[in-house]
Amino acid sequence: MALEELYREVILDHYRHPRHKGTLSNADVHAEGLNPSCGDEFSLDLAIADGVITDVATQGQGCSISQASGSMMADAIKGKTLEEVGELAHKFRVMMSIDEGENPVDPARPGAVLGDLEALQGVRKFPVRIKCADLPWTTLADALSQAES
Amino acid sequence: MQQVRADFPILDRLVNGKRLAYLDSSATTQKPSQVIDAISDYYRVYNSNVHRGAHTLAAEATIAYEDARTKIAQFIGAGSSNEVVFTKGTTNGMNLISYGWGLNRLREGDRILLTVMEHHANVVPWQIIAKHTGAELVYLELDEDYRVDLSNLDRFVDDRLKIISVSGMSNVTGTIGPVPQLVEAARSVGALMIVDAAQSVPHLPTNVAEIGADLLVFSAHKMLGPTGIGAMWGRPEILEEMDPAEGGGEMITDVRLYESRWAPVPHKFEAGTPPIAQAVGFGAAIDYLDKLGMEAVRRHEVAITRYALDRLSEVPDLRVVGPTDLSARGGTISFELGDIHPHDVATILDQEGVAVRAGHHCAKPLMRYLEVPATARASFYVYTTEEDIDQLVTGLYRARDLFGLA
Repeated sequence: MALEELYREVILDHYRHPRHKGTLSNADVHAEGLNPSCGDEFSLDLAIADGVITDVATQGQGCSISQASGSMMADAIKGKTLEEVGELAHKFRVMMSIDEGENPVDPARPGAVLGDLEALQGVRKFPVRIKCADLPWTTLADALSQAES
Repeated sequence: MQQVRADFPILDRLVNGKRLAYLDSSATTQKPSQVIDAISDYYRVYNSNVHRGAHTLAAEATIAYEDARTKIAQFIGAGSSNEVVFTKGTTNGMNLISYGWGLNRLREGDRILLTVMEHHANVVPWQIIAKHTGAELVYLELDEDYRVDLSNLDRFVDDRLKIISVSGMSNVTGTIGPVPQLVEAARSVGALMIVDAAQSVPHLPTNVAEIGADLLVFSAHKMLGPTGIGAMWGRPEILEEMDPAEGGGEMITDVRLYESRWAPVPHKFEAGTPPIAQAVGFGAAIDYLDKLGMEAVRRHEVAITRYALDRLSEVPDLRVVGPTDLSARGGTISFELGDIHPHDVATILDQEGVAVRAGHHCAKPLMRYLEVPATARASFYVYTTEEDIDQLVTGLYRARDLFGLA
C-alpha cells in the first residue's frame, strides 16, 4: 500500500524529532526556502571550514515530508566536503526523479550514501508531494551557491 | 437533494479506487450536466461573437449572453440587468473596483476597512491602491468563536473612512460576515460598501436591494458554473461614476485619435471579447440553483454542516477552526488533526477518495492571526451527502493510524 511506503516510521521520527534543529551563531551561510503554494518553510545555517561542512542547523515548518527531508539532509551533509554534498544532492534528486541521472541510483544497493533519505522514495508515487521533499534541497543549493561566491 | 447527485457526472468516478467524496467546493464546485450541455450547445450550435455582426449566429449569441446577465440580476434581486457587469471572477471584480473607484478618489490618510478573515483577493488590491494613494488599511479582528468582532467598529467610523470591504462568508472558517452592521456603518459616514460575495452568493439567499451595499462581486465557478467568469453588481449611480479599469473594444461608443467616449454601463467595464460560453454556462448554473431554490440550498448546507460538526467532534485530537454556531457559519469547515500537518491529512484522505484542500487557502493574514501555519478544509455544496462526511471521518481515523496517534 502506497501510504505505508510514504509515511515510513523513519520519516515520522524525523518529522517529530528533527535533527540539528535551531540556528548557528557562527554560520558562514544562511539560506531560506519557501513553497508559496503550500506555505512550507525551511531555513538552513551552515558552518564551513576548508571545504567541509562542520556544522548544520535547520528550522522549518511544514508537512512531514518537507520537514523529515530537511532533518535527514542535515544528518547526511554534516562532516561532508562540499564536493560530497554536491554528489549527495544529485543522487537524491535522481532518486526522486527530479533530475535525470546517467547512472540512476539503485536504492537497494548496499552502502548507498543516501541512508535514511532512501525512505523518501515512496514520495515518488505522490507527484504533488515531490516538491515537499525537494524544499530543503533547493535551500541547500542556494546555500552552496552562496558559499562558492 | 439526494437526486441532485445524478446531475453531476463527475461524482460517479472513482479516485484511487474509491468512491469520490468531493469536499472542496469552496475552491470550485462541480458542474451539473445542465451547465456542461449549455456550454457545449453554444459551441456546437451558435458560437459567435457578441454585440457585433448582423448575422443570425451573432444575434443568437448576443441574446444568450444578455439573457445570462438578466438571470444573474434576478437571482440577486438587482433592479435591472444593467447593474450586472461580467468580470473574469471575484478577483478581477475587486480589482475593477479598487482601480476604477479607489485610485482616483482616495487621498492620503483615507482609510479602507477590512477584516482579518479576508481572502487575498480582498486584501492585495487594496494594498496596491493604498500604495498609490497614501490611503491606509485598517482591520476588524475576530472574537473567540471566529466571528468578526464589532466591539472596535466605532473606532474606525469617522470621516477618514472611505471604503469598507468585507467577505460575505469566509472561505477558511465559514464565518458569515457582518454585512448589515457594516452597511450601516458605511452609510453613516458616506463610505463605499463592498461585499466579497464569492462564498456567500453561492450558499446564502442574496438580495442586493435588502443588503444595501454599493458593490458586490462573485464568481460563477463557485456556484456550479464555469471558471473564467464572474459578476460585479453595483448600484447604478456608483457604476456611472466608476472609471473603467480596462480600455479596448466593446467598451466604447466612439474612439478618436486622442480620446474616446465610454459605452453605457455595464458595457464600459467589459473591454474586449467577453467569455461568452462561460456566460451561457453561468446562466445555466443560475437556472439550476433557481430550480433548487436558495432557501433549500441553505437548509441542506446547515443540515450537512451540523452532521459534519457532530461527526468531527467524535474524532480525537481534531480541532475545528471556525464558528460552532450554525447560524454564524456556512458549510466550510477548517480543521487541524493533532500534530499531523494538513498536507499529510489531505494526501491520506485523497487515497481514501476524499478531496479536501490543505494550506493557507489564500488567506495568509488570517492564518497568521489565528497562529496556525495551515489547515485542512472540507467544504460542502448541494451534492454533498452524509456518506461523504462518513468517508471523511473514516479517512481521518486512517490518518491517525498512520501517524501513530493513540
